[in-house]
Amino acid sequence: MDAPLLTRRALLEAGAVVVGFSLLPAHGQQAQAAAGVQRSLALGEVDSFLALRADGTVVVYSGKVDLGTGHRIAMRQMVGEELGVGVERIELIEGDTALTPNQGPTAGSTGVMRGGVELRQAAATAREALIAAAAQQLQMAPEQLTLADGAVRASDGRSVGFTALVGGRGFELKMNPKAPLKRPAQYVLVGRSLPRPDVPAKVCGRHVYVHDHVVPGMLHGRVVRPPAVGAKLLSLDEASVARLPGVRVVRIADFVGVVSPDEWAAVRAARELVMRWSDSAPLIGHAALVDWARSGPFVAEEVITAKGDAQRVAGLRDAPGALRASYAWPMQSHGSIGPSCAVADVRPDGGTVWTASQASHRFLNVFAALVELPRDKLRVVYLDGAGCYGMNGHDDAAADAVLLSKAVGKPVRVQWSREDELGWDPKGPPQLLDMQATQMPDGRIDAWETDMWVPRATANLEWIPLLSPLAAGLRQPVGQATGLVSQNGDPPYGANAVKVTAHWLGPAPLRPSNIRAPGKVANCFAVESFVDELAAKARLDPLAFRLRDVANPRGAEVIRRVGQMIGWQARPSPSAGAAGRAKAAGRGMAYIHYKNNETYVAIAMEVEVDRASGEIAVRRVCCAHDCGLMINPDAVRAQVEGNILQTLSRTLHEETTFDRSRVTSVDWASYPLLNFTEVPRLEIALVDRRDDPPLGAGEAAASPVPAALANAVFDATGVRLRSVPFTSAKLKALLA
Amino acid sequence: MPTITMNVNGASKTIDAWDPDMPLLYALRNDLGLHALKFGCGLAQCGACTVLLDDMPVRSCSIRIADAAGRRVVTAEGLGSPEKPHAVQAAFIAEQAAQCGYCTNGMVMTAIALLRAVPRPTREQAQQALAGNLCRCGSHDRVLRAVQRAADGGRA
Repeated sequence: MDAPLLTRRALLEAGAVVVGFSLLPAHGQQAQAAAGVQRSLALGEVDSFLALRADGTVVVYSGKVDLGTGHRIAMRQMVGEELGVGVERIELIEGDTALTPNQGPTAGSTGVMRGGVELRQAAATAREALIAAAAQQLQMAPEQLTLADGAVRASDGRSVGFTALVGGRGFELKMNPKAPLKRPAQYVLVGRSLPRPDVPAKVCGRHVYVHDHVVPGMLHGRVVRPPAVGAKLLSLDEASVARLPGVRVVRIADFVGVVSPDEWAAVRAARELVMRWSDSAPLIGHAALVDWARSGPFVAEEVITAKGDAQRVAGLRDAPGALRASYAWPMQSHGSIGPSCAVADVRPDGGTVWTASQASHRFLNVFAALVELPRDKLRVVYLDGAGCYGMNGHDDAAADAVLLSKAVGKPVRVQWSREDELGWDPKGPPQLLDMQATQMPDGRIDAWETDMWVPRATANLEWIPLLSPLAAGLRQPVGQATGLVSQNGDPPYGANAVKVTAHWLGPAPLRPSNIRAPGKVANCFAVESFVDELAAKARLDPLAFRLRDVANPRGAEVIRRVGQMIGWQARPSPSAGAAGRAKAAGRGMAYIHYKNNETYVAIAMEVEVDRASGEIAVRRVCCAHDCGLMINPDAVRAQVEGNILQTLSRTLHEETTFDRSRVTSVDWASYPLLNFTEVPRLEIALVDRRDDPPLGAGEAAASPVPAALANAVFDATGVRLRSVPFTSAKLKALLA
Repeated sequence: MPTITMNVNGASKTIDAWDPDMPLLYALRNDLGLHALKFGCGLAQCGACTVLLDDMPVRSCSIRIADAAGRRVVTAEGLGSPEKPHAVQAAFIAEQAAQCGYCTNGMVMTAIALLRAVPRPTREQAQQALAGNLCRCGSHDRVLRAVQRAADGGRA
């Protein structure tokens, strides 16, 4: 790719221009130049997704955004493939409520699977229309025409450029869900590891993150969070920061913010502002989470899965040979490297919010209500943030900026502190799972029961309140819905009877939200650890056990492959040499069929445990991954690598700690992440399935990591880790 | 208002310093518009704000502007551009060694300092050198590959 794709800033300007055109007379010269004159945002219209420019470039309008995940290249490949246009001729505008259709939040590993597939269908619809128009013009049969290099080309060598066919107008087409797609055998763009267009600018420090976005006249804002969750502001002494340059204090009920043209002055003002807050101690402390999960209060009980003979499951409780175990997952932070940031410019007659949100369209409604503007007077524009793996603090930061900008009548940029980010970002929920099962004489699962305890707020039923409107006493409409945390609580292996029940907890501490593979990481940890326990009880090799009983051939394929990759020696766990040695080596594996209907992943790893210290060194991780058609294999690989390393970090180190009043893990010393010295060798095999639909790669490979690690530690030591994180202190105590 | 002068990316720059304790990060980002370095923690724990100060990688969030007076500062902007990247930046691009990319500035700066000191580092040496740089997306393996690639290119 020689010609660089337009920079993000250029795209924003281009986008702004397109909006401007809709205000001009349709016959204006500039309007001719912009094909997307009337920006339709309706999901059923091709023009909502695609526009042709006079210079032959294509503009793609994507409601889904690139969170560092490679969508910027993948979306171009999917559209370019159908239209016969090179990726360097495609501009992409993402997550802008004035320009892009609402394709739903960029969440749940659906970017390519849903968002990209929708764009592809728009392109296929356009392709069909372009061919039909050219067929008429050239007096040829559609079958004799193909799309290549921005033109419809006939078998006799003649061609018609797209712009000649569409002119300055839009396509004016309804989406045709049946428009034929290009056949995978003919792909020239899809399936290739084209480089991501944003990487050079990111590496050279030129990429514009929301943190870098500058608006003329912009002030820097900081919001002061209370010293305890739920504390009320009793008094505030504005004079305490009066000596700092340009500082203004904004108070709305218990919401306190400061602004200044000078960022450092705002930082200091937030630290030095003298305030008195009420005592508040509404939390239970992280050590009490397991007891709380079991005791409630509960708001609902839901049977998620019930298969086979219910009597067998009912009999589990008293079955003498049943195996039982409990697994716990702690609250965790998104741990974004950049604290959340946003810029808002809210005026009495309208405004713009620049945000790293996964869900700009959804939050348009929230922010418009907050500032009492009609939806069409407010625009929410996505700009990259630091990696976000679910709803982190970005949407809170945007609300902060919106409230401050409205209060002072100027554009305001808000960036959180590290302490705010780890202390106040919406958290991954605590999860507790009880498992019990009986086995047939050959070890196969007879009856299986999972009971999961999880906050209901994380189950798509409620919503996460934003901090600042809450403190300010402002009404806020429904916010971000979270992931489907109850999936993958059942074993993906044959069983005579299975029951999975979710016990939904009511009010939960610290705004439980969703983090990468929400719920499934903990569920797979429990299910695949417990499967390992069943295999060990039956004295069966854990890989052979899974391979024998896995229901799905694509699942069997990834299990088989990961065994080959790691050189799996068939034998039961724990390893015969497990006792005695100072350094104990072991191997373990785990498997998931993500959400029971998406990507297939098997992970195996080798670990070494230092018995004296309890430290776990992960030496090697192998992963076999089948997500159907891969648009860009290297981008898939990057996601798989990230899933593995991030989840090793979550499993080995991470737990949000809190006391009765506040989060106490608020820096990188008290909330440590995996560091470079802990990075294992990674080997990844991507199963190529060109003729299958594309599935997600952003989450699935995270899920089997914790169980594979626990199973490897068990293999090495004979000790079973059933709660995360696997700290050296915890393992040392278990080994003693 | 007192001013502080330093050499930034080869040019002399004078900055108004109402507070000599202001971290260098704010002067570089806001006074000079150099956005490659990022605020990550303000605690010198993550490395996202790394710049070279007299050729040594330092955390600009934790260096007082007064302590940078008269010294040489190099940011990523001073090393290369997407059109003409530095050899280490080129290696990062070739390995696609960034996801969100927020930490990448610190990775590149630390790698450059490492390769100047140890032109052919082992993987373990690179891991040690980067131990103070945090990445959340999990690009570590690609960063290590990029360091290796830059070293193999012979020039850093």
